[in-house]
This record gives sequence, structure tokens and C-alpha cells, in this order.
Amino acid sequence: MLIGVPYLWLVILFLIPFLIVLKVSFSEPTVSIPPYSPRLDISDGMSALWQQIRQFSIENYVFLIEEPLFYRSYLSSFTIAAIATFITLLIGYPLAYAMARAPRSWRAILLMLVILPFWTSFLIRVYAWIGILKKEGLLNQVLLAIGVISEPLTILNTNAAVYIGIVYSYLPFLVLPLYASLERMDDSLLEAAADLGCTPMKAFWTITLPISIPGIVAGCFLVFIPAVGEFVIPDLLGGSETLMIGRTLWVEFFNNRDWPVASAVAVVLLLVLVVPIALFQNAQARAEEKAS
Amino acid sequence: MHRSKSALKISIFGLSLALSTSAAFAQERKVNIFNWSDYIDESILSDFTAETGIEVTYDVFDSNEVLETKLLAGGSGYDVVVPTGTFLERQIQAGVFQKLNRAKLSNLTNMWADIEDRVAQYDQGNAYSINYMWGTTGIGYNVEKIAERMPDAPLDSWRLIFDPEIVSKFQDCGIHLLDAPTELVPAALNYLGLEPDSKDADLLAQAEELLLSIRPYVQKFHSSEYINGLANGDICIAVGWSGDVLQARDRAAEADNGVSVEYTIPKEGALMWFDQMAIPADAKNVEEAHEFLNYMMRPEVIAKASNYVYYANGNHASKPLLLEDVFTDPAIYPSDETIAKLFTVTAAAPRQQRLLTRTWTKVKTGQ
Repeated sequence: MLIGVPYLWLVILFLIPFLIVLKVSFSEPTVSIPPYSPRLDISDGMSALWQQIRQFSIENYVFLIEEPLFYRSYLSSFTIAAIATFITLLIGYPLAYAMARAPRSWRAILLMLVILPFWTSFLIRVYAWIGILKKEGLLNQVLLAIGVISEPLTILNTNAAVYIGIVYSYLPFLVLPLYASLERMDDSLLEAAADLGCTPMKAFWTITLPISIPGIVAGCFLVFIPAVGEFVIPDLLGGSETLMIGRTLWVEFFNNRDWPVASAVAVVLLLVLVVPIALFQNAQARAEEKAS
Repeated sequence: MHRSKSALKISIFGLSLALSTSAAFAQERKVNIFNWSDYIDESILSDFTAETGIEVTYDVFDSNEVLETKLLAGGSGYDVVVPTGTFLERQIQAGVFQKLNRAKLSNLTNMWADIEDRVAQYDQGNAYSINYMWGTTGIGYNVEKIAERMPDAPLDSWRLIFDPEIVSKFQDCGIHLLDAPTELVPAALNYLGLEPDSKDADLLAQAEELLLSIRPYVQKFHSSEYINGLANGDICIAVGWSGDVLQARDRAAEADNGVSVEYTIPKEGALMWFDQMAIPADAKNVEEAHEFLNYMMRPEVIAKASNYVYYANGNHASKPLLLEDVFTDPAIYPSDETIAKLFTVTAAAPRQQRLLTRTWTKVKTGQ
């Protein structure tokens, strides 16, 4: 009985909205309320419903394949998300490691510091980066003052700003699972390695890193998956050349009023993301098996 | 059309207004208004409530696209909305609005016939809408930064934007264009001596070529950041909406930060647009909506709005009541000679719209 509850949850919060979007993706745009047809109204009776379903077409999906803009957007989103995830890992791993190695009394405070930014709205935190990165912004002023650069850098409205935004915003999502897996590690393993003449460096590579792999995998997916569909960060910090699928979808939905194509974009994005999500679930399940 | 200073402030104001008035007036008369952010003198709303007892809920949006999406989804809950002409035209086709009851709008006689004539191309016979404000899409610039880089810059011409040799001189100080194909493509077509309202694929290709030739010098395509950008001196040229640039001009003057901003309507002509008040077909407070529209057509009320937002209104009778610096500012009320050169565009059909947006995406991504 209880096993059904999460599935019911999934049906209500995921499957039903997905089916609505899927339905719209097979319709065509019209100048009406709502701006697509057929509308698929159950109140018209079953035979009318069947008539409406027969009007469905895959034209929007054909359009997605034919128009290079879309695969370029998907590709560019995946590239940006992958690079940003890698940078987040490079910064997040030492952070999580230092936290896990810190004296026990400090850990609660350090953990608090990682979580603290969530107390401010995500939108406002991203917006604040505009003030830091712009030409007359904080970063340029500091760099100019200490003489590192002689001309202000153009960072805002470029892909570099998007990477900074993603790394900053999603860093806690990587640090937390990583910290959890590092903190659980049994210190006696390292002591044993040292007793047997293993250097600390070698002990890290042969013991700590492999043990933390489930944390790395979980953290990377938690960064990568939302970063692919990110809209706010590229919109506020990115420049005109920043091509991301979230923005392309926005343009289709709002500027073109093409709800069917926008829905098709969303369905394809979901299908493409299901692969990494499934991999993630799989890795989680295996890790849990190992633990027990 | 487009003000974005303090959407939050106005929303909070609207809320408090609704709360305070609900205590004062026991009857359930109310009107829900959805207008551009920072686009009204707030005292107009409280005056309206004080006089009529109608409770006002005032919400704001910052793009036509957001308004349109709400209207097309249906059941927006608003009684008065303010789309721009081109959007209004398509929304009328979609059946979004109801015809106005002219018997309830005694102040229609105050309206400006010239503006009504121009609006008629979007709303035949002005059956569905009343003009709120109108303006132009021109060029805002930082006076000092332009003079520094090119003392003889053609400030009265679109060459400032569309001549690669000229525009390239200002690349380093920041150039923003509106992120709106319906604004920039007509401007490009007009500059090329072509019909600005054309939806023809070959002509669009020419506009695309022109826009791509200046694309390397553009820092960003965005429809509101340029207000702060110009005012703070972060950017030096923006193609933007008249009132927004004037707002940047005033903010720079207030801040006294050594930045001076000016707005120009290029001599080749510029796009003229109209923000129209209309009543959605599914509005619940139709009677109150008409009362509000009639109130807004009082000369002293709409003059107060123009004096506050620095946009021209479509009310002829309000002209003597405008502040001197509003009425005599050619950036707000252009001369007849300039008005004659302003052009308007109509809505694109869905297939044309897709072509237009595709062109725009190519321009923006530079590919």
C-alpha cells in the first residue's frame, strides 16, 4: 500500500503535467484562446475527442529537426552545463574535503555557511552578480586598484559570466552530497594506510577519492541537470551569443506565441535529460546496495 | 510603453490601496487593472477610488509578451489591460477583447483624432480600445562619450547605428539594442529605404544582412537594462523607447554623476507605437472598467499621467494642461514635421512571425 504513495505523487506532479505538454506539442498554433488547436476537450464527448486526436500531427517535431537553431541550442546548453559542472567539481571537492576534515565542532558552522545563501532569493543573488561583474563593477574596481589589469575586463554579458553564475548558484548542491560521503568515511582506513607506509597523497588517490565517488556522481548530476535547462542565469548574465535551450523555449512560447513548438522543445529536453537522470538513479541504487 | 523602475513598489502600493479602501467603502465595487510597470502617477488611482468608491487593484507587467500570454491562456482576471497596438490587433483577432460601450464613455470627445486615425489600423473604428500613451522608438546616447570618440557623429541619423564604420567607433563604450524584432527590423528596413512594415522574405533578408553587419559592435539585446545602463554611464548608445530614454536622462541628471543622456528621433523617421487601454472579453467588472476608462479620458487626469511618465497621450483636450517642459520637449511631443516621418507597423501572421523571429535569432547569435 505505502509503496503506491510515491507513485501517486509522481503521477500528480509529473505525469499529468507532462501529458498536457505532450498533447499541446502535437497541435498547431492558432490565433485564439488558447493559441493552439485542437483543444482536446473531454466535455465534447468521446467521439469528438477521437476526432480531435486524429488531427494531431508530428509537424512540430519535424520542425525541431529541420531548424538548426534547436540542436545548436541543445548542444550549447549541454556543453555549458558540462563545463560549469566540471568547474563546480574542481572548486567544490576541496571545499567539501576541508569541511569533512575540519574539527567536529566547526563542521556545523561550515555547513551553515554553505546553506546560508539559500536564505536569499535565487533571483536576487544572480542579479547581484551584475553589480560585481559589470565594467564599472566591484571586481573591475578591485583589480584596477591593485594593478592586476589596466583596462576594465568585459565579463558581464558573456559566457564567462554564465559559468560564474552557474558555479556560484549550484556549488552548494555539489558540496552537500560530497561532504556527506566524505564525512562518513572511516578515518581508520587512512591510519592503516599510513601505518603500512602509504604517503598521504597516495592514500587520497587510492582510498578517499574512490570512496567519495557516489558523492561526486550525486553532486555532479544535481548541478548538471538543472543547469541544462537554466533560464535566469543566461538571461541576466549572458550575452547575445549565449545560446541556451531555456531561452530558446522562452522565445518560442512568448515571442512567437508558438505554444506547440515550445511544448515540443520541452518534451525533447525532458527525453534527453531522462538519460542522465536514469544513470543517476542507477548509481544511487547501486551505492545504497553497497552500503547495506 | 515600457517602464521598469519599481514594479514591486507599485504592486505594494496597489495592495495597500486595495486594503485601505476596502475599509472605507463597504460596497463591493472594484476594478482590476494590468498596466506597464512605472507607467502612472499613483495618485490618479487613489483619486479615482476616492471619487467613485471603486476599489482598484493595480498590477504591472514589463513586456507585451507576458501580457499576451496571460490573455491567451484565458481567465486573466483583469478588467483593464494596456497592450501595444500591434499586439492589440492580433489579440482582437483571437477574441480576447470586448467592444467598448461608447454610451458609457462620454469623454471620448476629448480624444485626439490624428492618434485615433493611426490607431484604427490596429483597431478598426477604435471599437475595442482607447489610447493611453504613445511614443517613438529612437536612439538614446551618452553625450560626452559620443563627443569624445567622434565629435562630428551624425546624431540625427540612423547612420549612428546602421553604418558599420560609425557604429564601430562606439563598440568599446557599450551599445544596446531592444530585444524586439518588431522594433528593430522595421527600423532597418526604413534605413534601407524599404517599406518598414514589409513581411516579405527577400526584404527581411536585406534587413538581416544590415543587422548582421553591425552585430559585432552590439554588446546586448535587451529591452529594459539600457535605462540603468544609460543613466549610470555603463553604455553609450541604446536603441530604445522614448520615455525610457528620457527617464534615463532624468535619473542621470538627478544623480549628478557627470553623465548626460539625450534622445533623438532620427531624420529618416522612426517607429511610432501606441499603448491602448482595452477590456478583456471575460472581464467581471465591465461597468467599473468603463468608469475607469472614462475617468482616464478626463483632460486633467491624463495630463497628470503624462506629466509624470514623460510620454505623450492621445487626448487632445489635455494639451493645455501639460507641463511646459513636457509639451515643448520634441522627444515627447515631436513637431508636425517629425510626426509626418514617423511610421507604424502592423501585426505579423503566425508564419510571418516565425520568419521574423528566426531572422532575429540569427542576428542576435551572430550566426
